[in-house]
Amino acid sequence: MKHLLSVDDLGRDGLEEMLALAETFVEVTRRDIPKVPALRGKTVLSLFYEDSTRTRLSFETAAKRLSADTMTFTVGSSSVKKGESLRDTVQTIEAMGVDAMVVRHSSAGAPHRVASWTEASVVNAGDGRHEHPTQALLDLLTLRSHRGPSFGGLHVGIIGDVRHSRVAHSDVKAFAALGADVTLVGPPTLMPESLEGWPVRVAYDFDEVLPDLDVVYLLRIQFERQSEALFPSLREYTARYALTASRAKRLKADALVMAPGPINRGVEIAAEVADGPASVITEQVTNGVAVRMAVLWSLLGSGGSLV
Amino acid sequence: MSDLMVRGGRVVDASGERVADVRVRDGIVVEVGENLEGGDSPELDASGCVVAPGLVDLHVHLREPGDEEAETIDTGARAAALGGFTAVVAMPNTQPPLDDAAVVAAVLARGATTTCDVVSSGCITKGRDGRELAPMGEMHALGVRIFTDDGNCVGDAGVMRRALEYARSLPGAVVAQHAEDPGLARGGHMHEGAWSSRLGIPGRPAAAEDVVVARDVELAGLTGARVHFLHVSSARAVELVRDAKARGLPVSAEAAPHHFTLTDAACSTFDPVFKVHPPLRTDHDVEAIKAGLADGTIDAIATDHAPHTPEAKERPFEEAPPGMLGLETALALALTELVEPGLLTLADALAALSWRPAQIAGIADRHGGPVAPGRPANLCVIDPAVTWEVDAGRLASRARNTPFAGRKLTGRVRHTLLRGEPVVVDGEARR
Repeated sequence: MKHLLSVDDLGRDGLEEMLALAETFVEVTRRDIPKVPALRGKTVLSLFYEDSTRTRLSFETAAKRLSADTMTFTVGSSSVKKGESLRDTVQTIEAMGVDAMVVRHSSAGAPHRVASWTEASVVNAGDGRHEHPTQALLDLLTLRSHRGPSFGGLHVGIIGDVRHSRVAHSDVKAFAALGADVTLVGPPTLMPESLEGWPVRVAYDFDEVLPDLDVVYLLRIQFERQSEALFPSLREYTARYALTASRAKRLKADALVMAPGPINRGVEIAAEVADGPASVITEQVTNGVAVRMAVLWSLLGSGGSLV
Repeated sequence: MSDLMVRGGRVVDASGERVADVRVRDGIVVEVGENLEGGDSPELDASGCVVAPGLVDLHVHLREPGDEEAETIDTGARAAALGGFTAVVAMPNTQPPLDDAAVVAAVLARGATTTCDVVSSGCITKGRDGRELAPMGEMHALGVRIFTDDGNCVGDAGVMRRALEYARSLPGAVVAQHAEDPGLARGGHMHEGAWSSRLGIPGRPAAAEDVVVARDVELAGLTGARVHFLHVSSARAVELVRDAKARGLPVSAEAAPHHFTLTDAACSTFDPVFKVHPPLRTDHDVEAIKAGLADGTIDAIATDHAPHTPEAKERPFEEAPPGMLGLETALALALTELVEPGLLTLADALAALSWRPAQIAGIADRHGGPVAPGRPANLCVIDPAVTWEVDAGRLASRARNTPFAGRKLTGRVRHTLLRGEPVVVDGEARR
């Protein structure tokens, strides 16, 4: 595999191989010195056209733990504002010599375009509404650590702004590939305009599906959606779709609560639920580093020993 | 004095077809008949070819003034001549826009010396912002007949109504609408449907087009003014135009070659060469556009030739400007995709590419034939059998954004005559 642009690039077998690899890196991250020389001499560039402190830090931490050199290119400190085309930017950076570009962009498909212009490996770190494959991997890894490798029979509810969510898009593919049933929950204005070909069910009533869910995956609600007339008010959204404390009481005893972060406490999730026993939100962040180590090593590693 | 003979072709125009030679003198067709006597005058070989009235494109973006890096009137006219066009209607979304008689006059002056007649459109509203009427009368006095804010839809029904009412005082005026409701299309970059959801690219629903077509059909009825629908792309819009014509309303419509040859699936590469407004739609829409062309619901094939610099298209899909080249591939796409499969006769295709758009543009006195003595010698000679492959690098346009690169097509322009001057000979531009 040269690039990781979409969950589709992996497929079921690829996902499972990557998760197995990530589990070995989880072990590495728990060591006193959580660093291996696997990518010494390789250079990983973060090419971020959109603010994202946590994803960028997660990738850079992963690269450093593999002993790769890291560089960062963010839109604020670049010549992009002077009108340089994406292609020019990519080729300028390529001329400096990089082995992988981790690309975050507000436009769908930007990493695909980058991949067509560079010899380096490209990792999609989130493109518009399209995909966020490493987030899907870390979500799978987190669920796997609690429920084992087979997701058959598990019911995953993805709640909220699915329409604008690259995380939901990648997660639907990833959870479904490993056998889970996925239900999207939210108002029709936050559902994709077309669900043709999506392996999901849709529910508009959270309370109806809630008791059946094994995983409640809460997407962050962006406040500006209100001004786009996608829902009447945050109060109404919270009343209908937030995981409140009273709703959390109706969850299955072993249900897990996940979120891609950052979360709006008191909006899509009550603070006590986010910090409660069912929540694995912090584990997700930890697993993010291991997953990104696995991805970078898969793309750049020579195939030698990991440790 | 300066004679030129087009020898041995099959003449096809609105009056029918016959094997004939065509003698041109001083820019005028002087004789059409079999085995005309030659003499010393130069001859253009048209054996095995179709001799047709020059093609007329109702919809091109020549980018001058304002974006001469993408195209100029001169380069656009050369591309047009190579595509068989002898007249093109220049769209008004230039910088500054064609919302003022002085800018229109400048475009007409630049176009007068090129290899294709450049007919200027004029804006409906000042600055194409959909509020106040542009000086339609002043522009009409310079010969403008097609008024449009193309690129932008006149979204306000009240403004559209006033423009139509006002146009009734301007003989031959046509108000041409870019039918995409601004509220429904806002923020969208491709057709809204299964592919847009899959790709995560915000969509522009077909309904954005349909509601404006439905509305403006009613406004044509209310005002009695002529409405032309630019680049019709949705199946429902075709039906609406068909119904309006059945009601006897003064409406006409055009379709672009990309809307009868490509679908939204092409966007799955994320290459903005496939980004266009209105967007590439579904197979169902493509079939409806073809049916609309076949039954005459859609009057004209117009390219919406929209050059962009490579840099502009080397941006991510959602940031790149919409539009694709069309002038040098339109005829061959019509022949390959419509005539060869038997959907349209050659004469039907030429009607949609030449004499019907000439009527809509108000230039039928000099373009669109017939090929007959006394008529201006605006002609194209088409080799209908030759096959070729589109090579973006060899286009005459300054830009390279053709979505058809690598496509094998049948039929190509061999010669083009503008007012008797052979501006294209054997597929090569002469100037």
